[in-house]
Amino acid sequence: MRIVVLTKPVPDPASGGERLGPDGRLDRANSPAVVNGNDEYVLEKALKLIEAAGEGEVILLTMAPATAPETMRKALAMGATRGVLVSDPALAGSDTVATARVLAAALSTLSFDLVFAGVDTSDGTAGVVAPGVAALAGLPFLSYAATIEPDAAAQTVRVRRITADGFEVLEAPMPAIISGTQALGEPRYPSLKGIMAARSKEITTLSLADIGIEPSAVGVDGATTKVTDWRAPAPRGATEVVREAPDEAAKRIVTLLAERRII
Amino acid sequence: MRPVTSATRAPGPFRLTEEQAMLRDAVRVLADEQVAPRAADIDRTGEFPDDLRRLLASHDVLALPFPVEHGGLGGELLTVCLAVEQLSRACATTGLILAVQELGSLPITLAGSPEQQARWFPKLASGEHLIAFALTEAEAGSDVAAARTTARLDADGETYVIDGGKRFISQGSVADLVVVFAVTDPAAPRHRRLSAFVVEIPSDGFAVTRLEHKMGIRGSPTAELAFTNLRVPAANRLGAEGDGWDIAMRTFERSRPAIAAQAVGIAQGALEVATAYARDRTQFGQRIGDFQMVGAMLADMDAATEAARRLLYTACSEIDAGAPDAGRWSAMCKLVAGDTAMRVTTDAVQVLGGYGYIDEFPVERMMRDAKITQLYEGTQQIQRLVIARALLGKSG
Repeated sequence: MRIVVLTKPVPDPASGGERLGPDGRLDRANSPAVVNGNDEYVLEKALKLIEAAGEGEVILLTMAPATAPETMRKALAMGATRGVLVSDPALAGSDTVATARVLAAALSTLSFDLVFAGVDTSDGTAGVVAPGVAALAGLPFLSYAATIEPDAAAQTVRVRRITADGFEVLEAPMPAIISGTQALGEPRYPSLKGIMAARSKEITTLSLADIGIEPSAVGVDGATTKVTDWRAPAPRGATEVVREAPDEAAKRIVTLLAERRII
Repeated sequence: MRPVTSATRAPGPFRLTEEQAMLRDAVRVLADEQVAPRAADIDRTGEFPDDLRRLLASHDVLALPFPVEHGGLGGELLTVCLAVEQLSRACATTGLILAVQELGSLPITLAGSPEQQARWFPKLASGEHLIAFALTEAEAGSDVAAARTTARLDADGETYVIDGGKRFISQGSVADLVVVFAVTDPAAPRHRRLSAFVVEIPSDGFAVTRLEHKMGIRGSPTAELAFTNLRVPAANRLGAEGDGWDIAMRTFERSRPAIAAQAVGIAQGALEVATAYARDRTQFGQRIGDFQMVGAMLADMDAATEAARRLLYTACSEIDAGAPDAGRWSAMCKLVAGDTAMRVTTDAVQVLGGYGYIDEFPVERMMRDAKITQLYEGTQQIQRLVIARALLGKSG
């Protein structure tokens, strides 16, 4: 079985080092990047499925600036087989529609049974790229998966889709695109062996020409959304940290919430 | 003119690569979660933490220094040092397990034949075997060439017979292989008298005659070894007869950074404890870190630790790049890091006051552990000698 995992480098939420460029867009070159959190959950699931199957490969597919291989190394160190990076100067400023277009075109150059993606990314949080890719590629889309159970013999996949009041069981023919969250389970930490093995793993870089996309269809020119204004959120008030022992802390928190008429 | 900074053209890693940062973090998680909780107990009992040796083995930490073709991970010196640093931040004894594994195997790396490497590396890389480096004798410390242990080629021409003893041998009592340096030609010039042999344990004629009671790194057994009519196959000799002194010196050129890494790790560990304490401890109605005298101590400790760390990383990258003055880099990083560890841990005890002097907090242990980094693999005085000689050239 072959599983493609859409992985996006996003600004490291722990670093607080995100910078906006003069156009109000994220300055990705100057923001320390990590693999998007939700992507790590689906990657973990993909690795587990391949390990259980005893054969197959997990391919990372990323659209990002040329610095992305540094970030993709961690996903390779976790156990992904190889990476495909679509990188082109013309992609700067692409919105979600252009991103979906590019990823769908890149997918058409790969053979696969399943495509996994995080339900959204921690930088944009739009959550529309994966369904966009599915629509453009003409593939079934199963979102908010809490479990993923492919049936290789029947060429179908079944997921439990999280809903507000429980879950639904969805089934689709393969290949299909599935988005997931942390409900899939904690991602592994890369082992030393995995980290060192990632050295010799291949990351193929594709340009727009390689996947047959016109530069005018992507980037700032091809964007259907424009950044017109930006503001920093209002600073939060002083944070009060409760450090007492659990029993006393609970009482104190209840008092604090009551004082503010929250409870 | 002698190089004042670097003779190599390769760029140094002013920042760690993603891979190096990942490796460091992987070992840090292991150290925080599984090593740190054992550190006080290891110090109190003085028992070798075989559970942690197995832990390091199962996470491939001990595989780092060995080539991929022999089951290792092929880590560079900097990679090994990042791991030693993180382990030592939690427990200096545990950091030393990896440092000694590298120290002991360096003679085989530097002078061993491909057959010898294939014979011994796989079990060292898997962590099934530990190795010790036996050079120091009671009367031959800094003066390595004064060794009295002898190795005499037997009449059969295929076996050496080793007699004598070694002292202060780290992990000498728990090792499965011991690299022993012995005099093969007493009449040769000083630096051609020694040869190096790999002794496989157990061997008849090999005995551990005592374990030292030490100030620090108490869980790491420091053994006195006695050799009586100890027969070692000639196939276990590393390099040619007379190469021993040279092998030992080239080993130190690469092994001292791991001790510097241990020192940086100890200093970092002490800094973190002192900082947390200065943040939490309140006196005169404010946290003690906000008193300028305490805050300034912490700032100096942080700056000194970072400076030692940067010198260590630069030294590693210079040595990895094949710098001609590897010995100078190796000596400089251990000198600076060892002195830094001693000063930072002493100051950490000071920041904690009376609490720093008792075993309720780990800084008194760290202070005791730090001292050894100024002593072993060459005292700080020997490091200065090496650096001065690199600057001045040999006299005469």
